[in-house]
Amino acid sequence: MEQTIFYILAAAAVLATVLAITEKHPVHAILFLVTSLFSMATIFYLLMAPLVAAFEVILYAGAIMVLFLFVIMMLDLGHPEKGLAPHWKEWLPAAVLSGISIASLVLVIVSRHAAPAAPAAMPTIREVAVRLFQEHGLAVELISLQLLFALVGALYLGRQAKSGDSK
Amino acid sequence: MIVPFEHILVLAGLLFFLGMGGLLAWRANLIMMLVCIEVMLNAVMLVFVAGSARWGNPDGQLFAIFIMALTSAEVSLALAMVVYLHRKKRTVNTDMFSEMKG
Repeated sequence: MEQTIFYILAAAAVLATVLAITEKHPVHAILFLVTSLFSMATIFYLLMAPLVAAFEVILYAGAIMVLFLFVIMMLDLGHPEKGLAPHWKEWLPAAVLSGISIASLVLVIVSRHAAPAAPAAMPTIREVAVRLFQEHGLAVELISLQLLFALVGALYLGRQAKSGDSK
Repeated sequence: MIVPFEHILVLAGLLFFLGMGGLLAWRANLIMMLVCIEVMLNAVMLVFVAGSARWGNPDGQLFAIFIMALTSAEVSLALAMVVYLHRKKRTVNTDMFSEMKG
C-alpha cells in the first residue's frame, strides 16, 4: 500500500517538475512546482520525517513560492511572449547533459545490488529536537545569524534609491 | 524503509538533474534559474531524509531542515537582487547584466 503511494507520488513529483521547468509562463511554472513540493512533502511523511514534511509545506510551498509569486507579479514578468523562454535548440545540450548524468547514476545504483536495509528504529520528533538543540546548537546559532544577514542584505538591496542617487 | 533506498536515490537523481537541465536551458531568465535551483536543493533534501530513514539517524532530517533555512535566506537575497537589477535595467535577462566584464 505505502509502496504504491510512494511510486505514484514519485511519478507525480517528476511529472510536475518536468512541467515546471518546461513551462514558459513563470506563474504556471511556480504552481507546478508547488504541486511537486506537495508530492515531496508526502514522500517525506512516508519516509517517517513528519517534521520535514510539515516544514516543506509551510516554508517551501507556503513562503518561498509565495515570495517568487510576489516578485513575478511585482516586476510584471508574466509575459512569456517577451522571448526569454529558451528555444528548443537551447534545450538540446541541457537535455543531453542531464540524460548522461541520469543514465550513469541509474546504472551505478542499479548495478550495486546493495543488501536490503535492516529496518532501523525511527527517531521520534522528540529525539530529533533533542539532537538538534543539544548537539547542533552552534549550527542553529549560525543559521539564525545567516538569516539575520540575509534580512539586512535584502533590506539594503530593496531600499528605494533617493532621487538623484543612482541611474 | 517502505521502498528500497536505491529507488529513492534514483528519484532524487532524476529531480536533481531535471533541475540542472532546466538551469542550463533557462540561462537567460533569472527567475527561472532560481526556480530550477530550488528543484535541485529539494532533491538534495530528499537524499538526506532518505538516508535518515535508511540508517535510523535523525541527523539527516536535521540537515534537511538546515538546508531549508539556508534556502530561504538564499532565495530572499537572490530575489532582492533580482528586484534591484530589474529596477536598474527593466529586465531579468541575464545577457543584459554584463557590465562587470573586464
